[in-house]
Amino acid sequence: MLKILKYSFFDLMRSRWSYIYFLFYLSLGFILLFLNQDVSKAVITLLNIILVLTPLIGTLFGIMYYYNSREFTALLLAQPIKRSNIFLGQFLGISLSLSLSLVLGLGIPFLAYGIFQSTEIFDFFTLLLIGTMLTFIFVALAFNLALIFDDKIKGFGIAILTWLFFAVIYDGIFLILMLVFDDYPLDNFALGATIFNPIDLSRILIILKLDISALLGYTGAVFQNFFGTSFGMIFSFGLLLLWVVIPLIMIVVKSRKKDF
Amino acid sequence: MIIIKDLHKKFGKVTVLKGINLDFPDKGIHTILGPNGSGKTTLIKSILGMVIPNHGSIEFNGKKILGEWEYRNEISYLPQIANFPQNLKVKELFKMINDLRPGAKNESELIAAFQLEPYLNKKLGNLSGGTAQKVNIVITFMFDSPLIILDEPTVGLDPVALIRLKKLIHEEKGKGKTILITTHIMSLVEEISDEIVFLLDGKIYFKGTIDQLKQQTDQDNLESAIANILEGSYA
Amino acid sequence: MIQYKIFFVLILSISYYTPIFSQIYVEGSGSIQEAIDSANPGDTIFVKKGIYYESNIIVNKAVAIIGDDHPVVDAQEKGFIFEITSDSVTISGLKIINVAKSYTKDFSAIHAYNVKHFAIINNIFENPFFAIHIERSKWGVIANNTIIGNAVEEASSGNGIHMWHTSRIEVNDNRIEHMRDGIYFEFVKHSSVKRNKSKHNIRYGLHFMFSNDDVYEGNLFEKNGAGVAVMFSKKIIMRKNIFKLNWGTASYGLLLKEIYDADIIENTFEQNTIGVNAEGSNRIMYERNNFNNNGWAIKFLGGCYGNKLHQNNFMNNAFDISYNGRINGNVFDKNYWSEYAGYDLDRDGVGDVPYRPVKLFSYIVNRTPETIVLLRSLFVDIINYSEKVSPIFTPDNLKDFHPLMKPVK
Repeated sequence: MLKILKYSFFDLMRSRWSYIYFLFYLSLGFILLFLNQDVSKAVITLLNIILVLTPLIGTLFGIMYYYNSREFTALLLAQPIKRSNIFLGQFLGISLSLSLSLVLGLGIPFLAYGIFQSTEIFDFFTLLLIGTMLTFIFVALAFNLALIFDDKIKGFGIAILTWLFFAVIYDGIFLILMLVFDDYPLDNFALGATIFNPIDLSRILIILKLDISALLGYTGAVFQNFFGTSFGMIFSFGLLLLWVVIPLIMIVVKSRKKDF
Repeated sequence: MIIIKDLHKKFGKVTVLKGINLDFPDKGIHTILGPNGSGKTTLIKSILGMVIPNHGSIEFNGKKILGEWEYRNEISYLPQIANFPQNLKVKELFKMINDLRPGAKNESELIAAFQLEPYLNKKLGNLSGGTAQKVNIVITFMFDSPLIILDEPTVGLDPVALIRLKKLIHEEKGKGKTILITTHIMSLVEEISDEIVFLLDGKIYFKGTIDQLKQQTDQDNLESAIANILEGSYA
Repeated sequence: MIQYKIFFVLILSISYYTPIFSQIYVEGSGSIQEAIDSANPGDTIFVKKGIYYESNIIVNKAVAIIGDDHPVVDAQEKGFIFEITSDSVTISGLKIINVAKSYTKDFSAIHAYNVKHFAIINNIFENPFFAIHIERSKWGVIANNTIIGNAVEEASSGNGIHMWHTSRIEVNDNRIEHMRDGIYFEFVKHSSVKRNKSKHNIRYGLHFMFSNDDVYEGNLFEKNGAGVAVMFSKKIIMRKNIFKLNWGTASYGLLLKEIYDADIIENTFEQNTIGVNAEGSNRIMYERNNFNNNGWAIKFLGGCYGNKLHQNNFMNNAFDISYNGRINGNVFDKNYWSEYAGYDLDRDGVGDVPYRPVKLFSYIVNRTPETIVLLRSLFVDIINYSEKVSPIFTPDNLKDFHPLMKPVK
């Protein structure tokens, strides 16, 4: 598996798109910092971008890589290598190379700016960690979709829809439901609904750091317990990890049954 | 070497293999023939464990292969379409395959034989179909496995390369290996096969030597013998 | 300044008037009450270092009681400690501890009723039920005291500095922690509260009711249960105070309720759930304040008329302004908004496009508070943006027409 990982990783690190992705974050970091000089504002802007972009890029790269390397995968499958290792290796290769683009791309400008002297250092690292986790989650989801759909166009379309669903549509439905049923106690629902969307979970994790003041404005005891203690942090991180692990297990299970 | 029992495979609603029973003994060249869609590639992929059968079993050297992967150490496989990571150089691909599956032997001779030296530093994405197929052949034959599976090995090859390929196959046969080939080129079949298996609609229509086939169909060349089977089946 | 005044009083009493005013020393197993009983008005009672188990001390003469290196006066929870019933009393340099708790009586470490010219300076209060409790009095100074309570719940705890019907009092440089209200003003006029630090009090850091013409300045209010409340008062000046880390469901940096003609200038509101919660507060000038990282920088509830917000910095608040109802003559002008995304082509430092400080999402959160979990989600950004482009729910003219490009220094 490590060998597959290594080759997928270097294969991607050499691709033009990885450079573009890296350069995008690099320039974004520099622009954000040198335009407004305010690290906490930059972190908020980054939050918005990372929450939208890492899942999108993870999905696209994941699905593209799978389809583009299908024949090569077939070659590997004929070799004495365990099936699940091939897919897990590829998955890790993509996720790591994308995460590296993110971490280096943003890390360099923030280091140059002196993030270590800043009080936002912890928020910034949480942000990078979350970006990395979202990358892993969405590459894993993309792999699952690619394993289900042999038709490239169909798989690609559904992957984009999946991203759109988690990034926008889910929250739209969530908000409308809360507005429609606002005569009922919604505490548990509001918190529960975030569990089923990794982007929402990540957002909650970050705003637990950035906007805790606002979150504590709401009266519900469930909210107080969740946001007011470190329990919220640990719980959300645990769930995010589950969001990586479960799709991975599904990759292993699906790949075992699939014909190539 | 390979024993296949009552093998069934469906892709969605299409049944591709309908109860295949086959026994490939050690040694010799076995050619699998059949029209497009008859299940040749599916059968090969089943042996390789790439396709999971719905029913039936495959044994390799007396062991069931389902869910196993170590037995593939004994197999060299040439896939029908050669498609490699675009960003990799030919040299790196060889290195990588070596890395993934240690034990390659005559890599450099093969590269020389197929005149691949000028391409070693080119990216795989920039190779022509024929050159890619040569790379594919090198990767297959650089391992010294008792079983060699070739799925349409001649695709895109120029005559010189084709001659070298035939030579290679003969050499390997000489070493006492088992070779499975699918092809449409009848001349190749006649030239090298010890035994042919004719697949049609997911079933075995014929298994035996070429002479047996000619006798059975009462034809004196292979092409018409096969045409005869096909006409018979549609009549 | 205060120290200087006291010093001056001391100089007067000690050097000039020694022939007339005597000095009385209390030490060992001596009693402060006996010293007071034996003193004449104008005398100074020096309390030497030690522990004095006394409670219910009546100070009925114009004396100065001065502790040497904070001698301890311990009431052992047997009642109040000092009851001031005379004008011109000074209590200074004592460590006053363990006042009795009561649900029915406001026992205090120091209580004064209907007196003038008192000074309570440089004392340490520990476990006072109420620390300093002044009623119907005038011209007093309460300075440099440290008040540490151990309040757990509102009903069984008292206030740090509690004033009722007083005027012209200065409350300066005190530190008050873990009480019910840090400083409590009710019917207090022409008084000032300066440079105090009020933290970790379970209700308000400062509680201000029916008190007009007062100033509070340079205070720090941090991590109090509900922040600072200023209610039913007129002409209050609030300047250079810091309100921070007041977190909770009904918690705010500053609560304004039925306030008229106040000035809120150069204050800093940082990381509060609500920076300023204004309800029925009118003609208030907000100028050069910093609102940093609050949940809501300012929440205007019903009936706020004629407020002006000018040259304030709104930095990284989840919501800058929450507003319901009409504009009501409230003016937002020349503020800096960190979320402002406009441009300044003529380079005059003022954005060329007006800024709308009220987001659609803040309306949604007001209606259904649970929706706060969607804060900063892409969907919410999208609806905020569409509302910004064509306002339907937010008042069309609620805008800062001259948003600044750079923060006000």
